[in-house]
Amino acid sequence: MTALLTTKGLSRHFGGLRAVDGVDLALDAGEIRAVIGPNGAGKTTFVSLICGRYPPSSGRIVFDGEDITDMPAHLRVRRGIAYTFQITSVFAKLSVYDNVALPVQRTLTDGRSRGAVHHGAMDALQRVGLASRAHEQAGALAYGHQRLLEVAMGLALKPRLLILDEPTQGLSDGEIENFIALVREIASDATVLLIEHNMQVVMELAHRITVLNAGKVLAEGTPAEIRADAAVQAAYLGTATEAGT
Amino acid sequence: MSGDGETAKVYTLHAAVVALLVALNFILPEYHHGVLARVLVLAVFAMGYNLLFGYVGLLSLGHAMFFSAGLYGAGLPLYHLGWGVPAAFAGGIGAGILVSLVIGLLALRTSGVAFMIVTMMFAQVFYLTTLYFGEWTRGDEGLVLQQQSRQVALGAGTLDLTNPTTRYLMAVALFAAALFATLAIVRSRHGRVLVAIRENEERTRMLGYDTFANKLAAVVTSGIICAAAGAAYALLFGYIGSTFASVQYSILPLLWVLLGGAATTLGPLVGTVFMYYVIDITSSYTSAYMLVVGLVLILLVIWFRKGVLGTVRERWVRWLP
Repeated sequence: MTALLTTKGLSRHFGGLRAVDGVDLALDAGEIRAVIGPNGAGKTTFVSLICGRYPPSSGRIVFDGEDITDMPAHLRVRRGIAYTFQITSVFAKLSVYDNVALPVQRTLTDGRSRGAVHHGAMDALQRVGLASRAHEQAGALAYGHQRLLEVAMGLALKPRLLILDEPTQGLSDGEIENFIALVREIASDATVLLIEHNMQVVMELAHRITVLNAGKVLAEGTPAEIRADAAVQAAYLGTATEAGT
Repeated sequence: MSGDGETAKVYTLHAAVVALLVALNFILPEYHHGVLARVLVLAVFAMGYNLLFGYVGLLSLGHAMFFSAGLYGAGLPLYHLGWGVPAAFAGGIGAGILVSLVIGLLALRTSGVAFMIVTMMFAQVFYLTTLYFGEWTRGDEGLVLQQQSRQVALGAGTLDLTNPTTRYLMAVALFAAALFATLAIVRSRHGRVLVAIRENEERTRMLGYDTFANKLAAVVTSGIICAAAGAAYALLFGYIGSTFASVQYSILPLLWVLLGGAATTLGPLVGTVFMYYVIDITSSYTSAYMLVVGLVLILLVIWFRKGVLGTVRERWVRWLP
């Protein structure tokens, strides 16, 4: 399998803090990769570098054979990298439908047909089970539904790489079950990079797991390997805590 | 997204407003006929402002610059170079495009309060420039465009822009064009992106939109509409002067839009008419009319927090665009 995404020596410093410190990562097309680590390990910063929210201090990012290190965020999205926010940031004052129509119309290049936007938007809402709420105001949805809408917005971009940042945070157990099934389905035609605290979700979904600690890769392997890793145990037990995220 | 029934309602309402304005041409007494022609042109200015302020959420304090770019772009060549009315109008629009493109490229590097200040500073530069070239503009005193230069040969007859009826109907035509253009923009995909930028620019960028390019397009569109109003003002009322480039004319459209309802297509008209008549009526009774105007504004802010039509939409008529 060829790598869809590779990072080489990727770093981001905030003042003296090395939030991400020389991370090498290779992501195969079609895999579900989980990134775990204690609070402040640099997980969100790391994926923010990949999707272009921040420029890296040093290092390179290659997506599908193309160096995207200096590419503006919106062009990376058009290349197929979608990011769903850790802190739910749906457009609260717009309707659920408009929230999804925005990414759908972005991906359409086939003229101005309104039917196409409508079809794409309803399809994305169907996949997360929000189709019946299309005309509600997004800000009025329950928290769990807002998380799902966030995922639907990512899906509607028809991404090749979907980055999910803490998607199950605040979801009920039942919602988490549905969510796991949804990610499996997404992974049938996209690569998924998943930041997650819920270990049950990680162990069930991930093909491979990368453990970050203090901005560095502490370990990488299959779920079984990671579970057995002594260094990971130590990091999670928390001998030292780092500030920031 | 609205359904087809709603679309029909929206267009019917807007067409009815235009039809009403045309009908008023035959009903209104002379004084109000003249006032409304002026107010309609200023309402176009407000609509251009509303596109940027209401829908994109960019608060500019420099729109007098776009209005007066149209005013001078049309008026100066007509006065000095003897251009005809259509060419002069095109000149006004051209000046508006040029100024808004340059200002957009520079000012959009900032946002929020900085954007306000930068646009205001550029507008001041523009204002002072009109004074500096007083030899051609005659500054505050201004220029009066002669009656014979404001006539268009049209087939056998002539279109005389100094004739009250012609002037009024031209103002309605410009207003209708700007109204339906605004309506089309805000209901388009581009309009949806503009509102998304207003609500959360970072999120919009992460959906793959070049937010800078979208904002620049909105600044230029707003500039074109405001310049069209400025050019029409020069051609219909025959006067160009530096007052129109002063900071007062940057604040007025903001006030009109806030009164009528930001991010509503008809709000700018309501706000402009309302404000004009409040001043007109109260100043005929007392020299302290600004006191009354202030009171009315305070009452409006208390009961119509989102402007007249913004509040109407929020409470009663949800489909209002």
